[in-house]
Amino acid sequence: MPAPSPRELSFGQAINEALRQAMRADPTVIVLGEDIAGGAGRAHLGFVDAWGGPMRATRGLIQEFGAERVIDTPISEMGFVGAAVGAAMTGLRPVVEVMFVDLVGMCLDQIANQAAKMHYMMGGKVDVPLVIRTAYGTRDDKRSYGGGAAAHHSQTLYSVLAHFPGLKVVVPSTAYNAKGLTLAAIRDDGPVVVLEHKFLGLHARSLIPEETYTIPIGRAEIKRPGRDVTLVGIGRTVHLCGEAASRLADEGISAEVVDLLTLNPLDEDTVLESVRRTHRLVVVDEDTPVCSVARDVAARVAEKAFDDLDAPIKTVNAADTPVPFAAVLEALYPPRIEQVVAAVRAQLR
Amino acid sequence: MDPHTAPLQGQLNPDALPNADKLLWMFRRISLVRRFEEQLKWLVETGAPVGPVHYSIGQEAVAVGVCAALERDDWIASTHRGHGHCIAKGAEVSPMMAELFGKVSGTNRGKGGSMHMTDLGKGILGVNPIVGAGVAHAVGAALSAKVRKTTQVAVAFFGDGAAGIGTLHECMNMAAIWRLPVVFVCENNGYAQSTPFEYASAVPSVALRAAGYAMPGIEVDGQDVIAVWQAAEAAVRRARGGGGPALVECRTYRYYGHHQTDDTRRYRLPEEEAAARERDCLISLRARLEKLGVASAADLNAIDAHNKAAVEDAVVFARESPLPDASELVTDVYAGEPRRTP
Repeated sequence: MPAPSPRELSFGQAINEALRQAMRADPTVIVLGEDIAGGAGRAHLGFVDAWGGPMRATRGLIQEFGAERVIDTPISEMGFVGAAVGAAMTGLRPVVEVMFVDLVGMCLDQIANQAAKMHYMMGGKVDVPLVIRTAYGTRDDKRSYGGGAAAHHSQTLYSVLAHFPGLKVVVPSTAYNAKGLTLAAIRDDGPVVVLEHKFLGLHARSLIPEETYTIPIGRAEIKRPGRDVTLVGIGRTVHLCGEAASRLADEGISAEVVDLLTLNPLDEDTVLESVRRTHRLVVVDEDTPVCSVARDVAARVAEKAFDDLDAPIKTVNAADTPVPFAAVLEALYPPRIEQVVAAVRAQLR
Repeated sequence: MDPHTAPLQGQLNPDALPNADKLLWMFRRISLVRRFEEQLKWLVETGAPVGPVHYSIGQEAVAVGVCAALERDDWIASTHRGHGHCIAKGAEVSPMMAELFGKVSGTNRGKGGSMHMTDLGKGILGVNPIVGAGVAHAVGAALSAKVRKTTQVAVAFFGDGAAGIGTLHECMNMAAIWRLPVVFVCENNGYAQSTPFEYASAVPSVALRAAGYAMPGIEVDGQDVIAVWQAAEAAVRRARGGGGPALVECRTYRYYGHHQTDDTRRYRLPEEEAAARERDCLISLRARLEKLGVASAADLNAIDAHNKAAVEDAVVFARESPLPDASELVTDVYAGEPRRTP
């Protein structure tokens, strides 16, 4: 039999493949959420599959695994995330989809008080192998597709989730690491939130092996080596950092790009090692600035590698505002390449 | 007759009695909960470091009557007032007491305390002080039973206060549309901390709300353990047989405050409290067992004395158990990763 060859898949297709492979391998894996199965209860009318969530990640699962394992829920986030916690405590590995991270307020108790803390408050005697997938992010400033969803459907909010000890939070940036991190999250015996950017588009297409593989949770990746400055990105801002690095290279500045991949527990060592080589740090984060992951990374580096720094750390965040509607305003909201390039230039002046 | 209560009421036999063994088991467990919490109350009042606690004294018949209808591998999700549920489902008093003292021999290795006690091996999904949160876990356990094709049933205990929170209503609806093997048990003790039920609820009975989710709802005397058992048994049998969820509301009363420092004189009349104590579940069960000839007064006294001694032994066990090592602060944060640096 010829070795399976890698194919180019989109971000959503890669997650779909991860879910499908995990469900094939383990009958205790179920998926549940709003509109993830589609056509629930209407197979007799010929409706067997539908929307599949914002990433289309659950499309086609119901045909293969049936309505018992691919479960459309009512709009009851606290209820179904809580039920997923209970199911995870009693022998299942639920993958629950919270349609948009903006809805996290509807179910935060079950995520932050229940899932995250259960293992600790039960003295390590209870595991909660739960995955929560959720979509985040504003549109790309150069493209007009999508976006325009304003303040309640465009947020990033991963800093809120990264705050809780016991909850692992991962943010894939490409289809390749989305598949690997999703599979790692499903195999993890604790709760993991996977944040999926809605508008990665062509950036995130990857050549993906057909076989299963995992990307270790808790490890960052050096995406592009460099000498003069470390650019730390998360999710979509990894691509922004890559573009900024290319632009800086034209000016003779060598930028290293680190993809954080996991926000909690954060891979401090990879960031510190990089900064000890480049002596400069810019963190680019699509979340709002106050109590953000960018400032957390900055604080860690300032505490542990201050003497290695040749310039003050810079952070580039989204605007400290709700997400605006008008396209001209929304384009100004997330971190922009000009801001990243300017931050690096200021450090090298 | 209300069509939604009919299916459950039709299966109730008010003359049905548990067998003698079960009746004695009920007495043993109610007595054990009572002695455990009386001991705990004494410990609190003499300054033992047991943290905030919520006594269920007065309400024991609900926990015991419901758990009498369950099998060992069935699940319960408890509330903040959960010592009784744990004991009724089979948790042992020594690790429970040790947990209250924050000892490593505790049910949760000293990391949970009164409000997080659990014993998954006994089917206890946990005491849970976020009102309504445990209800969702019971529904999840029932979903798990359905997906894994077991015959397990889950019980969601909740109070009249939780009748006001959205989680409960989301969960009752999901349980109904998915026909899950879960029984919702409302322990209506009349007060959400100090807020009276008749103020906080638009309808005079939580059981009425079941109609909104097309499930049977029934109200029973929560001071009568046999009446609780009869309703729970019918609801559990129905759920186990694929009939879907049901709601059993048990009218009961807590003798003491919401927690150890809550002064009930701020919101309850002494006459009301005295009248409630007239209908004590332990005393009335004792009289019933004697009348039925299931046990003599001497037998029952012996059981009570045995429980008192067991609880005193539990205190000795708890006091003599080691405190957690400082390293325990940072263990058990992540599954499978026992240690990390602070």
